[in-house]
Amino acid sequence: MKTLDWTIVETLAALDSGQVSALELTEAHIAAVESLNPHLNAFITITSEIARKQAHAADVARRAGAAPALAGIPLAIKDLFCSENVRTTAGSKILGPFIPPYESTVSGKLFSAGAVMLGKANLDEFAMGSSNITSAYGPAANPWKRGDGAKLVPGGSSGGSASAVAARIAMGATGTDTGGSIRQPASFCGIAGIKPTYGRCSRFGIIAFASSLDQAGPMARSVEDCAVLLEVMSGFDPKDSTSADRTVPNFRAACGRNIAGMRVGIPVEYRVSGMAPEIEKLWQAGIDWLKHEGAEIFDVSLPHTKYGLAVYYIVAPAEASSNLARYDGVRFGTRVEGEDLIELYERTRAAGFGAEVKRRIMIGTYVLSEGYYDAYYLKAQKIRSLILRDFREAFANVDVLLTPTTPSAAFAIGEKMDDPVTMYLNDVFTVPASLAGVPAMSVPAGLDSCGLPLGLQVIGRHFDEESVFAIAAALERAADFRSLPALRAGATP
Amino acid sequence: MSYTIEGATGPWELVIGLEVHAQIISKSKLFSGAATDFGAIENSQVSFIDAGFPGMLPVINRECVAQAVRTGLGLEAHINLVSRFDRKNYFYADLPQGYQISQYKHPIVGAGKIEIQLESGDVRTIGITRLHLEQDAGKSMHDQHASKSLVDLNRSGIALMEIVSEPDMRSPEEAGAYLRKLRTIVRYLGTCDGNMDEGSMRADVNVSVRKPGEAFRTRCEIKNVNSIRFVMQAVEAEARRQVGVWEAGGTVDQETRLFDPTRGETRSMRSKEDAHDYRYFPEPDLQPLVLDESWIEELKCSLPELPDQKYTRLMRDYGIPPYDAAILVMERSTADFYELVVRGRDGKLVSNWMLGDFFAGLNRTGRTIETSPVSANNFGYLLDLITDGTINGKIAKEILEIMIDTGEAPRAIVEARGLRQVTDTGAIDAAIAQVMEANADKVAEYRSGKEKLFGYFVGQVMKAMSGKGNPALVNEALKKKL
Repeated sequence: MKTLDWTIVETLAALDSGQVSALELTEAHIAAVESLNPHLNAFITITSEIARKQAHAADVARRAGAAPALAGIPLAIKDLFCSENVRTTAGSKILGPFIPPYESTVSGKLFSAGAVMLGKANLDEFAMGSSNITSAYGPAANPWKRGDGAKLVPGGSSGGSASAVAARIAMGATGTDTGGSIRQPASFCGIAGIKPTYGRCSRFGIIAFASSLDQAGPMARSVEDCAVLLEVMSGFDPKDSTSADRTVPNFRAACGRNIAGMRVGIPVEYRVSGMAPEIEKLWQAGIDWLKHEGAEIFDVSLPHTKYGLAVYYIVAPAEASSNLARYDGVRFGTRVEGEDLIELYERTRAAGFGAEVKRRIMIGTYVLSEGYYDAYYLKAQKIRSLILRDFREAFANVDVLLTPTTPSAAFAIGEKMDDPVTMYLNDVFTVPASLAGVPAMSVPAGLDSCGLPLGLQVIGRHFDEESVFAIAAALERAADFRSLPALRAGATP
Repeated sequence: MSYTIEGATGPWELVIGLEVHAQIISKSKLFSGAATDFGAIENSQVSFIDAGFPGMLPVINRECVAQAVRTGLGLEAHINLVSRFDRKNYFYADLPQGYQISQYKHPIVGAGKIEIQLESGDVRTIGITRLHLEQDAGKSMHDQHASKSLVDLNRSGIALMEIVSEPDMRSPEEAGAYLRKLRTIVRYLGTCDGNMDEGSMRADVNVSVRKPGEAFRTRCEIKNVNSIRFVMQAVEAEARRQVGVWEAGGTVDQETRLFDPTRGETRSMRSKEDAHDYRYFPEPDLQPLVLDESWIEELKCSLPELPDQKYTRLMRDYGIPPYDAAILVMERSTADFYELVVRGRDGKLVSNWMLGDFFAGLNRTGRTIETSPVSANNFGYLLDLITDGTINGKIAKEILEIMIDTGEAPRAIVEARGLRQVTDTGAIDAAIAQVMEANADKVAEYRSGKEKLFGYFVGQVMKAMSGKGNPALVNEALKKKL
């Protein structure tokens, strides 16, 4: 069905003109989810009944001439966002049958704007992972195929979201990004995704991984769709003290900006040794496209980039070790009884958490321990501020930075899994922007030699998502990325 | 003279520091909107934030911050314009998040001081190291069920101030005086109700001993002592224990101990080896707490008069002695009552009657100044009746007793019971004549030089007049007749 290929912007026009109703659109998506989710495992929980109700309400509102911004747009909600009265798992067994009695601020804003929830999207357990294989509900699959037919990971942690959007079983999705969890899966699945500035979106009701890094953002099939979604998702929330009290700009308008005269920095430190030549080539193509549009290109230096991963894998686990202490079997979620309180904790957490989560809790506990704190956590915090300074200094001279999103295209399940560190290297280009809290977006820009999508990353100043959208939209126009994944609604798998 | 414990090897000096947890008076909790009423049904005042539910975030309560600043100002302390919150991580069933949000490295209030007055009249200054904000944990109950422990989260998230003193105290008396004074100050400020029996004020007591002139020796911390009397007992017991250890050739280990009031001793709770590693780190869910200087100035201007200021003023304005002033300012309500009564009356007369018979009467009936049936007005009228000679002091005492029991107005009591003082010299003379007649032998004794008997005659005359004789007139007339 053609409608499933539409962007959100196209769909809104079609809904407004009466070409399609929200209910028809939703039914088409529900049918697509039913046929493809068994292959993709993109959703942990499918919420068709809720979707129908919301779609019906959107139609009613539209007929009354009061359709809010996203009335009738079917979305996947990453299962890290708490959904009122809908089971929310964080991709973990430890939450058991937990049903939140509250809605996350961001998803609540989307629904108030008329969006439709198709279901809760799969993710790495507690958003810890770059492949979706740490999900306790089985890995989501990448709808793209490579020649050897290997089952590819969609990336992570927002892998279910990326998979669903790429396979056209959802028009857009919410993701969260702690070190690349929106941008890397967007790149792996050939869609767009933006991690906005830390503080742009409320974290209230999002299950915390690393509080100083976690940030919600949209994933969709076009830059403009991301802009439309982000505009709704953004804004100050009195329930999140770290959310920014700023007015939300018109992101969609920024997508149409002329980029002539904009200054684009190319961080020299991102030319890591052993980078695949096709990544290198794509990066150059991106530079050329922007030049062609009148942007000025400058080499810039972010000298502390090389410490980014190390810092990230201290700070994020440290915060996670504390954030995940509440999953103790006492008040909600899974409980495995024990002889005493300590045994109850041990058994519950041993049974409830997967290997990667346990590993990070242990790392985090270690780096915060007395005698190690200064050497690890404190040192990491100091380097984190140097990384932030790098960005500030670079942004004194340029408006945005252009880098590849990932060092490679999607890999197969089983690859890169020899040791955790190889997996962590996936985040090498995405982590620095997370540590600095600056906005960063991945745009699909081309294919590698195996026919898999590759993304380019645009990084902007704090709260200057508009420049990011402007440059990303220019890249999108130039790249004219039209390739489609093998597995998608309407195609025969 | 300084306080020491006499050991076999000579005198030992005490070194005491207190960490007081004071529950902030505030309608809602430190980081959530849940209510804070004492004694509510278990788990009825718990928000999802207090219960540590997934995705919940803390938001600081402005009123709790204001209360901490007020307290800091009351302790003449430095207010830090920027302070930070940290997480103190440990697992316990009544700690839902698995960490307590506290201010570890950057407290909201820095150095301050408290002046304490001792029995001897000496005044000592005790340094305040810091005051920081933190959230309370819930309550575990292990005695409600045969095999299960129950958890009440009503207290979880309630705002506490931890007020840390310098190790400046040197005797149980000083520790007691410090706590009393601190309690007085927070009650004046309205920042903590100071009710130790309800747990809204609890003290951790650090004690060490040393030979005079020595540097500090190892201290022990006695956790969660919940009355001033117990704090004083715990200090003494712990100091004696440590003297015993040192004198037996042992060493005192730094450890956490508990005070057992029934046995009057402290017991080891956990040693330093198995002390928690709290893995403190900055709370990423909260921004640094940044205060506006003008806001602090505003709070400062709205502070009530503090006990030390009131003490000085009461002495100056009403001419009362230091002892009276010190007792009057101990509770703000007492001082307020005094000031209502003293207006237009003699300061010393009012304080004498308040601190003497009135307090005794309240004590006898288990009442406080807040629940007193005697209004300030009526108390004042009673004193007026004495001053204008309507009644004498003895009758006034009787009337006061009746007022405390019934709450009646003094004039009504005087009229109803005919207690008006007799100033009619005729009646006095008649009573004297009657007494002299009945005690002719004593009259003779008196006249032969046994002047001590004068008091006896006064008593007899007053008795004959049912206590209503004007004492001055009775004296005068008796002297003449005898």
